[in-house]
Amino acid sequence: MATKQKKMTTAVEKKLIGLADVVITAAERAKDPTIAIPIRALSNVSFNERKGLIEMGCKKQARSFFNVGMAKKFMQTMLVADALSELQRADLTTSLREIYYRTKHTIADSHENTFDTQDESDPVIEDLEVSLAALREELHVRAENSGSIVGPVVFGDDGDRVDCAKLGKGGYSVPSIVEPEYLEIRRCTADFVLLVEKGTQWNRLSEDKFWRRYNCVLLTGNGQPPRGVRRLARRLHEEHRLPVYVLVDNDPWGYYIYSVIKQGSINLAFESQRMAIPKAKFIGLSSADPERYELPRNVGIKLNEKDIARAKELMNYQWFQKPAWQAEIKRMLGSGLKYELDALANKDFQYLTKKYLPRKLKEKDWLD
Amino acid sequence: MAKKDSSVPSSSRSAVESVAEKKPAAALTQLVTAVEMGARQREISVSEFFTKNRHLLGFDNPRKALLTCVKEAVDNALDASEEAGILPDVTVQLEVVPTGGTTLPASQATRFRITVTDNGPGIVRQHIPRIFAKLLYGSKFHRMRMSRGQQGIGISAAGMYGQLTTGKPVQIISRTGPKAAAHYFEVQIDTKKNEPLVHENKQIAWDQPQGTQVTLEVEGKYQKGRASVDEWLEQTSIANPHVRLIYRTPEGETKEYPRTYHELPPSPREIKPHPYGIEFGMMLKMLQDTKGHSVSGFLSSDFCRISPQLADEICKAAKVSPNMKPRDLKGPVAETLYQTLQNTKIMAPPTNCISPIGEKAILSGLYKQIKGEFYTAVSRPPAVYRGYPFIIEAGLAYGHRPEDQTKPKQPAGPKAEGEGEDEHSELARVIRYANRVPLLYQQSSCSTFKAVLGTTWKHYGISQSRGALPGGPMVIFVHMASVWVPFTSESKEAIADYDEIQKEITLALRECGRRLGLFLRRRERAASEFRRRNIFELYIEEVVEACNRLKGGKLPKEKLKAQLQKIATSRTGGLKTDEALGKTGGGPEGLPDSIIVTAEGIEGAVEIAQQVEADAPKAAGAAVNDLSDKEQMAATNQGKKQKKEPAKPEKKAKNKPVSRKSAKSEKSPAPRGKK
Ligand SMILES: Nc1ncnc2c1ncn2[C@@H]1O[C@H](COP(=O)(O)OP(=O)(O)OP(=O)(O)O)[C@@H](O)[C@H]1O
Ligand SMILES: [Mg+2]
Repeated sequence: MATKQKKMTTAVEKKLIGLADVVITAAERAKDPTIAIPIRALSNVSFNERKGLIEMGCKKQARSFFNVGMAKKFMQTMLVADALSELQRADLTTSLREIYYRTKHTIADSHENTFDTQDESDPVIEDLEVSLAALREELHVRAENSGSIVGPVVFGDDGDRVDCAKLGKGGYSVPSIVEPEYLEIRRCTADFVLLVEKGTQWNRLSEDKFWRRYNCVLLTGNGQPPRGVRRLARRLHEEHRLPVYVLVDNDPWGYYIYSVIKQGSINLAFESQRMAIPKAKFIGLSSADPERYELPRNVGIKLNEKDIARAKELMNYQWFQKPAWQAEIKRMLGSGLKYELDALANKDFQYLTKKYLPRKLKEKDWLD
Repeated sequence: MAKKDSSVPSSSRSAVESVAEKKPAAALTQLVTAVEMGARQREISVSEFFTKNRHLLGFDNPRKALLTCVKEAVDNALDASEEAGILPDVTVQLEVVPTGGTTLPASQATRFRITVTDNGPGIVRQHIPRIFAKLLYGSKFHRMRMSRGQQGIGISAAGMYGQLTTGKPVQIISRTGPKAAAHYFEVQIDTKKNEPLVHENKQIAWDQPQGTQVTLEVEGKYQKGRASVDEWLEQTSIANPHVRLIYRTPEGETKEYPRTYHELPPSPREIKPHPYGIEFGMMLKMLQDTKGHSVSGFLSSDFCRISPQLADEICKAAKVSPNMKPRDLKGPVAETLYQTLQNTKIMAPPTNCISPIGEKAILSGLYKQIKGEFYTAVSRPPAVYRGYPFIIEAGLAYGHRPEDQTKPKQPAGPKAEGEGEDEHSELARVIRYANRVPLLYQQSSCSTFKAVLGTTWKHYGISQSRGALPGGPMVIFVHMASVWVPFTSESKEAIADYDEIQKEITLALRECGRRLGLFLRRRERAASEFRRRNIFELYIEEVVEACNRLKGGKLPKEKLKAQLQKIATSRTGGLKTDEALGKTGGGPEGLPDSIIVTAEGIEGAVEIAQQVEADAPKAAGAAVNDLSDKEQMAATNQGKKQKKEPAKPEKKAKNKPVSRKSAKSEKSPAPRGKK
C-alpha cells in the first residue's frame, strides 16, 4: 500500500529498538527488565471539559519480565516489537491479523505457543502504540477497511482521483489509514457530514440519494467506526469546516459510539487529540423520538440487564453529565425500551430519508 | 481399677438374665416346678462362661482368633519386659500345623502353632500353671497403673481357646535369670473348676539366659491385609519403636522390625483411685476391704489427692462421723458420702501413672514403618475423664518419599479433562492405639476415628468429602494412654466416646493438621518457585532472539541469555528459597517434632530419622532371609565385575565437565538439620 521514502532509521524504529536496549541494560545490571505501559482504562482517563476530549492520564503499569504474571506478556511484547521493526525496515504495512500470524510459533522444547489467539496480540500492539507514543499508522499497522463514504467529495488515493459523488450507491471504501500523505482531500463541497452507525441505514440513505438532496457526505463505520472513518470525519470537520452529525440506534451502545466520535474512547484516549470531534452532534435516534415521531411501542425492544447496566455506567461518565444527556438516558431507562434505526421502516420504507432526517435538520433537533 | 468387681465379669449378668427370661414361660406351662428349677441352679465357672461366649474375648472367628492369641502373648511379653526395665526383644513365630498328614499352604491351613518368645524377667515356677491355665489370674488387675494387659484373662483365654479347638496344652518355657534353671511346662485348664492341670513340668536346657516362651496350638486362619497378624505387628512396631520384633510368618519369611528408639518408656507409677472416677458399688467394696480404721482414714489412705484435712471436711459436709468404722458405713449414708465426694473440689489425679510414647518415639516409629515425606507428632498434656488421667497422642505421616514420587512416570503431554484425578481418591488411614496396643477392629465406633472425621482437614490443605476420612497419602496415628482405657466392649476394640477424650484427640489432631498445612503450603510455594523458574527459562530464549533481531542480529546472544538466566535463578531463590524452606516461626524449620524428607535430605528432627536409618540396614520390615545360594552368587559376581573394570567409571567421572548436581550435593550435607 504505502510507498513512502525509505529513510535510514525511522523514529518509530528507534523507539522499537529501544525496547531491546531496556532488556540488555537491565540484564547487564542484573535488574528485572521493565517497560512502563500507560494504563488504558477508565481509571487513567480524564475528561477535559475545556477541550471536550477524553485525555489519557499518566498512570503507568510496569510490565516486568521476571514476574510470573507478566513474563509471557513481556515476551509477547518483545516479539511484537520485533515484528513491527521488521515492517519499518521493509517499509510495509500490515494488518493486526498478519502480525498475529507473523509472531505466532511454538516455543522450543515445549507445547506452548507464543500466542494462542489474536486476542492476545491485538492488545500488545495497542500497548506499544501507547507506550511508544506512536500512531498505529506510524507503526505501519492498518485495520480492516470497514467504512464507506459517499457524497460531494474528491480524494486522491495513490495518485487516483476518487470522486465520491460518482461511485454509485456503493460509495468509496474508507481506507484504514487516511493521513494526508496517504489520502488527499482534493475537493469537498458538502455542507455537513452524516455519520451513520449502521451500514443498512447508510445504504438506505445512499440509495435514496439523500446526500445529493441535502448536500452532505454520508459516512458509516458499520458499528463502532474504525479509526480510518473517525479520522476521515475529523479531517472533513477540521479541514473543510463541516459539522458532523451522528445517527445511531437508540440504545446505550449507540450513545457510546456517539461519545467515542465526539470525545474519544477510553481505550485509545491517547488518540483523542487527532480523532475526536468535540463539536459533533447527536442527531438521533433519541429516546424522545418515539413519542415525537409516533413510533408504536411494539417496534421497541425491551432493555435487557446488560443494557440497563451499561446505561447507568454511561450516566456516570464525566462527558455525559450535561443535563440534556442525563435526561436522554433517564428517559430511555424510564421507558424500558430501546429502538433500532431500522424500526423507522415501520412507518414507511423511506421514512428515514423523507421524513425523519429532514424534520430533524429543519428543527435542529439534536443533542450536543 | 477394677472394671468388673468380682470374680465373674459383668457380662455374666446377661447369662443370668437369659436364665431368668425362661422362667415366665416355664411358669405358664407349669412344666417345671420351682423345686426342680432350684435343683438345676448351678454355679457357672468363668471358664465355662467364656467357653460359650468366646467372642467376648476376641475369638469370634478363626482369623481373628489367631490375631488375638498373638496379641495376648505379645502384650504380656512387652508388659513384663518393660516393668522389669528390660528393652524388649520379642520373636513371634507362626507355623502351619499339618492336619491329616498334609501340610497345607499358609493361606489354606486351619491349624497353627504360635510361639512368642521374650527376653523379659521370666515367671516364677509356682505361678506358671495359674497364669496360663486359670482365667482371671494376673498381677495387673488390682492396681492403677498403665499397662497393656489389665484383666488377668488374656493368655489363659488364648490357651483355653487352643485347648478347645485343638486339644493341645499350652507349652511354656521360662527362666528368671542366667543362674536360674529353665522350666518347661505343659498346662491345660479344667474349665469346670477354672483351675490349671499340669501335664508336664521339667527343667530343660534353654539357650536363652532369661525370658519366657509361650507356645499355643490353635485353630486359625492366616490371611494378610486388613486386621491381620501382619498388620497388627507392623502397627505395634510403630507405636513401640523401643521394641525389637522378629516375625517369622507361616510362609517362612522373616520380618524384622528393628529397635529404632533405644530408651525404655518411663515406667508408669501406680496410683490410688481418684474419687471422681469411682462408681458407687466400687466404693462400697473398698469400704469393706480397707485397712483404714475410720472413714476419714479410709478416704485419705485409699484415694489419691485426699489429705487427712480434706477427708475431715468431706465427712463434715456429708454429715458422717470421721471416726466411724468404714465397714459400718452403708445405705443412704454411704450414698451421701459418695455424692459429697463427687461434688467436692478435688485436685486432678497425678499423671505419672501413665507413660506416653512421646513425640520422638512416635516420629521414630512412623518414620521407620511408613514411607512418607512429612512426619509430625503431638503429645497432649495429661487430662482427666471420669477421674482417670489420660494422655492423647497423635501423629501424621504424609506423602510419598521423593524417590517414589517420580516413579509413576506419567505420559508426557497435556492431560485431558478428568485425567489424573484418581490420584486424589486415596483416603487417609487411621491407626489407633490404646496403651500402645494397636486397635484393628470396630474403627467406626472408636472415639479416635470420630475425631478424625470431625476434624476439618480442609483447613490444612487436605481434601475431605463430607463425613468422610480426609483424602491423600496419609497415615493418622492416635494413641490413648490411660490407667483405664474406656473400651466400648470387653473385646477392647474401640475407645468409648467421652467428651474429654474426644476433645483431647481433636486438639492433638488439629495441631498435627496445622503443621501439615504449613508443610504443604511451603511445599506448594517451593513448587511454584520451580514453575516460575521454568516459565522464565522458557521465555528467555524468545526474548533474547527478539532482542537480537531488533538489534539487527549483532547481539552477543549467549551473554544476554546467561545474564537473564542468572537473574531468573536469583529471582526464584536459587536452589531453594528461604521462603520455600519457611524459615519463619520457631523450632526446627518452624515445625516442632516433625521430620521432612526431601530429595536433598532430611529436615527437622533429624537425629531420630538418622537413628532409624542407622538401624535400617537390618531391614525395616523387609525380608531378611538368609542369603540364598543364588543371591550369594549374584553378590560375588557383582563384586567381580566391579573389580574387573574399576578404571573406566572413574575416568568418566573425571572427564565430565563438572556435573552441577554432584557439585551441589557435595557442598550441602545430606541432612539439613537444626542449626
Ligand atoms: N511373658 C510373661 N512374662 C512375665 N509375666 C507374664 C508373662 N505373661 C504373663 N505374665 C503374668 O501373667 C499375668 C496374667 O497374664 P494375662 O495375660 O492372663 O493377664 P493380664 O495380662 O494381667 O491381663 P489381660 O487379660 O488384660 O491380658 C500377667 O498379669 C503377668 O503378671
Ligand atoms: Mg495379658
